[in-house]
Amino acid sequence: MNTLLGVVIPYWGQSLLRVLGGLVAVLLPAGTIVYVFLFKMMSFMQSRLGPMEAGPYGSLQLVAEVGKWLQKEDIQPTNADKPVFKMAPIIVLMSTFLLVVVVPFGPDAWFTNLETGIFYALAVSSISVLGILMAGWSSANKYSLLGGLRAAGQLIAYELPMVLAVMGVVIQAGTMNLQQIVVAQNAGSIFGINTFGNPYVITQFVGFIVFMIAIQAELTQAPFDMPIAESELVSGYMTEYSGFRFLIFFIGEFATAGVFAMIASTLFLGGWGVPFSWFGWTSMDSVSNWMNIVGPLIVFTKMMVLTFFIMWVRFTYPRFREDQLQRFAWKVLIPVSLVNIMLTAVLKVMF
Amino acid sequence: MAQLPGLLKGLGITFGTMMRTFKNGSNTVQYPHEKEAPPVRARGVIALHQDNCTSCMLCSRSCPDWCIYIEAHKELAPPRREGGKPRQVNLLDRFDIDYALCMYCGICVEVCPFDALFWSPEYEYSEPNITDMLHDKTKLSEWMETVPEAPALEVGADKKKK
Repeated sequence: MNTLLGVVIPYWGQSLLRVLGGLVAVLLPAGTIVYVFLFKMMSFMQSRLGPMEAGPYGSLQLVAEVGKWLQKEDIQPTNADKPVFKMAPIIVLMSTFLLVVVVPFGPDAWFTNLETGIFYALAVSSISVLGILMAGWSSANKYSLLGGLRAAGQLIAYELPMVLAVMGVVIQAGTMNLQQIVVAQNAGSIFGINTFGNPYVITQFVGFIVFMIAIQAELTQAPFDMPIAESELVSGYMTEYSGFRFLIFFIGEFATAGVFAMIASTLFLGGWGVPFSWFGWTSMDSVSNWMNIVGPLIVFTKMMVLTFFIMWVRFTYPRFREDQLQRFAWKVLIPVSLVNIMLTAVLKVMF
Repeated sequence: MAQLPGLLKGLGITFGTMMRTFKNGSNTVQYPHEKEAPPVRARGVIALHQDNCTSCMLCSRSCPDWCIYIEAHKELAPPRREGGKPRQVNLLDRFDIDYALCMYCGICVEVCPFDALFWSPEYEYSEPNITDMLHDKTKLSEWMETVPEAPALEVGADKKKK
């Protein structure tokens, strides 16, 4: 990423591009997800039209909402731990931005190309737990505290199946570098048939399902929305937040959904790539340059497909009880993903 | 595993509803632009037929919220028959209903012995100021136009005796 269209970019230019690109990669999917899925798809599933007044088909509704939130008073409870209270939403959003850094968007279009990319992604995704726990603790509110504790318990419980589901992919690809995982999928073949490459959604189907369920829980989307259960905890750790700070939590929720969907598409659906055999490519070096332009669009499309499933499940199912939620993680998902790892390892050695 | 068919069915229901909304439109109405006709017997607002009112105060006294205010005075009207005594009639000075208090129970309409109060399906009379919800007799009489015709009696029903 040192040259763009043959022009050498200085270091500050690269940094600026990376920051702008990161903002686009986080906020654009978040806005699209909120409009397409939260506003429109949910309404259609309930046989109504959703927002229709702001802009054509309500497309500017989100702008109106953001304007509304920006005008609101920034309320802080008297007994709140003020610095922690102010910091919490920023930490939640920060983990999203840290997460998008490792997602590859094309052969040369990446923010960083870490050798241990997926390890880093799983590590920084847990930072949001800290933010949520801080928010719950510092609000000086019983509901918030309960919500924060529930969130912490849930996120830690579902981190495990997520990591274990990723292990299968890592074993099969033989690398933790997300870029090379993409290449391994698109250059691969299943029993000699390389028409579709080897997207791990087929060979790692169990891992894919476990991963999707785990990110559903990590995002605290229904049916795993115990921490923000509005009918019992008002709004959990977000209860005391208003105005801009609530907006940050809100953006964080849907931006993280988008980024997690991007990571899932990178791990299981082949990321930015198309099967290399379509264009006669064999390895990373022979991939044409135009993939840098098309790649982000492909990632975006795959992200929208995966987010559709996340949101579809969210709008369909009622909430889990706390004990059901924990039992599902520890007694179903973790054993299943452990068996998946074992089988993957055995098959990897056999073939 | 036993729950799996039910879970898939649930997903199917939401997806089916979404596709139906795409194809046939929603079950809701975009309210300020298009309006749904309320049912004929909807309890929208209470209309007053002034000529029938004798200011007997039954409605006012039966109102659980005390939201009907009636003031009247007596006047002499010419006798019905030649050489008779002049009749005494009550003329309404004030007939107000405070719709900020009214809870639409309809007891006043039921209790009125002279058919002076009617339900009208009209519903768009909200005001920005709560004190403007007190509507006087001219306003209440205007709503008489929106009162639908009484539905025809069922076959075999007793006609009301004069």
